[in-house]
Amino acid sequence: MSDAIPEFSKSKSGDGQDVSLTNLSAFASGPGIKSGKEVAAILAVAVIIIGGIELALRLFHVPLYIMPPPSSIAYALFDEFPLIAPHLGYTLVELVSGFAIGAAVGLVLAAVITQFPFAEKIVAPYILLLVTTPMLALVPLLILRFGFGYTPRIIAVALAAGPMVMINAATGFRRVDSAKIALARSYGASTLQIFWKIRAPMALPMILVGLMIGAIFGLLTAVGAEMVGGGFGLGNRLTTYSSMIQMPQFFAVVLILSMLGILIYVLFFLIGKKWASWEA
Amino acid sequence: MNAGEITTPKLGVQAATKIYHTASGDLLALDRCSLDVRANEIVSIVGPSGCGKTTLLWSMSGLHGLTSGEIRLDGIKITGPHPDIGIVFQEANLLPWRNLDANIRFPFEIKGEKPDRAWIAHLLNRVGLDGFGGKFPRELSGGMQQRAAIVRALALKPSVLLMDEPFGALDSFTREEMNRLVEEIWLDTKTTIVFITHSIEEAIFLSDRVVVLSARPGKVAKEYRVPFPRPRSLEITATKEVFDLTNRIKMDIVGERTRPKAPERPSAEIVRIRP
Repeated sequence: MSDAIPEFSKSKSGDGQDVSLTNLSAFASGPGIKSGKEVAAILAVAVIIIGGIELALRLFHVPLYIMPPPSSIAYALFDEFPLIAPHLGYTLVELVSGFAIGAAVGLVLAAVITQFPFAEKIVAPYILLLVTTPMLALVPLLILRFGFGYTPRIIAVALAAGPMVMINAATGFRRVDSAKIALARSYGASTLQIFWKIRAPMALPMILVGLMIGAIFGLLTAVGAEMVGGGFGLGNRLTTYSSMIQMPQFFAVVLILSMLGILIYVLFFLIGKKWASWEA
Repeated sequence: MNAGEITTPKLGVQAATKIYHTASGDLLALDRCSLDVRANEIVSIVGPSGCGKTTLLWSMSGLHGLTSGEIRLDGIKITGPHPDIGIVFQEANLLPWRNLDANIRFPFEIKGEKPDRAWIAHLLNRVGLDGFGGKFPRELSGGMQQRAAIVRALALKPSVLLMDEPFGALDSFTREEMNRLVEEIWLDTKTTIVFITHSIEEAIFLSDRVVVLSARPGKVAKEYRVPFPRPRSLEITATKEVFDLTNRIKMDIVGERTRPKAPERPSAEIVRIRP
């Protein structure tokens, strides 16, 4: 039974993701709008899967506290949204501010450290440690030190996002093309000009990948931190609803979280399409 | 080629020596290499691979220094990249994140100057890239990319153009087309050109002089004058003079490498077989 819930919830949010992604790339993959047929097929499959789940859950009388049918989740989402919305706001504040701090520090560190290969070698193991350590583990400690407000959560998000941004951006900055640097130098470019006109644009695709991964890790950490302690945020809603066995509301929050994840993905996908499409 | 020109060469290489310090020890790439390039001349440099051709060219451009010896431009020693020297690199070396217009603007951006639009438009027209300004490098063929790179190199009106095996990656038809284009541009601008290539035919077709470098460490082994009038047609590559010259240069280069196995056949016999 304990298997059943994650399995269902996974397939639920999973197919929501798949459908919107294919939809999106169908729209995005060019001015030649993919035929209405394709869109119809994608929608039809979504309807069949969601409808099938609904039907199966009702046919087999699966209790609401194990797995609520999609219709009741949709209703809960609609009905409870005014109550959930402020918490979405809190989570977004943590995510955006933590990510901004972490990404900024990560980018600057990556740009600086890659200029000094020796320093990079010294720092590398610690960066790896930061990347591989789940920053959620630090949340109880941070709460002890900073209380139950925004601060520990923002710190945790920054700690989770920063190293991800840094390690990917550093990979980007390390991609040195000596011919392109020689080109700039042949016109008398300064080190700063070489950085802004050659190194940074060359690193941009990897930087965007880093930002996307960082943002998604940030979301994970924000929600995790909210589940550990404090009375607000979407993570807190998850623990609250599940403790009250309000499963439709619980899944409504899960749905909002997967939408947030998709939004992050789409955002960076579009930025990448606009600014880094030169790289296949 | 006026006989009574001033004695100062446009570009003078005097006893250029370059030692690379590598992990596996010091490497003598150039050994007291001396070479004068006169104004408005096209000089090609050929030689066995790894003989230091590119090293010599990069030194001429001021992109890297010499261990000893010096390079003089109009009699003045150069110590770094010089605005009067343009470079066309191996493969086009365009910036893939910029479209053609922005690529050609790049030198002006670095220098903080306003692009000379009329001149750029003239050059683009000259190389047949009218209307391609909005295209990105990946949307263009190799030949078109290299044309754009030539425009970029000429955009700042350098008096010397250094070309480092610019057409090595192109197919032979495109290469011939590009060779004619270089000659046309030269007829138009009379820019002094130093051209590095692996193709002896290309070198002969383009140059007033072909300089043969010896195997590492590179020094000038031979020099040939190519007396054909310009504009040259591709037919000259089929003449006996060019063919003999090609063979002589080939022997200079290959002979360097496999001295014991000197060919015994007289070259005249080979000439008969070829056409």
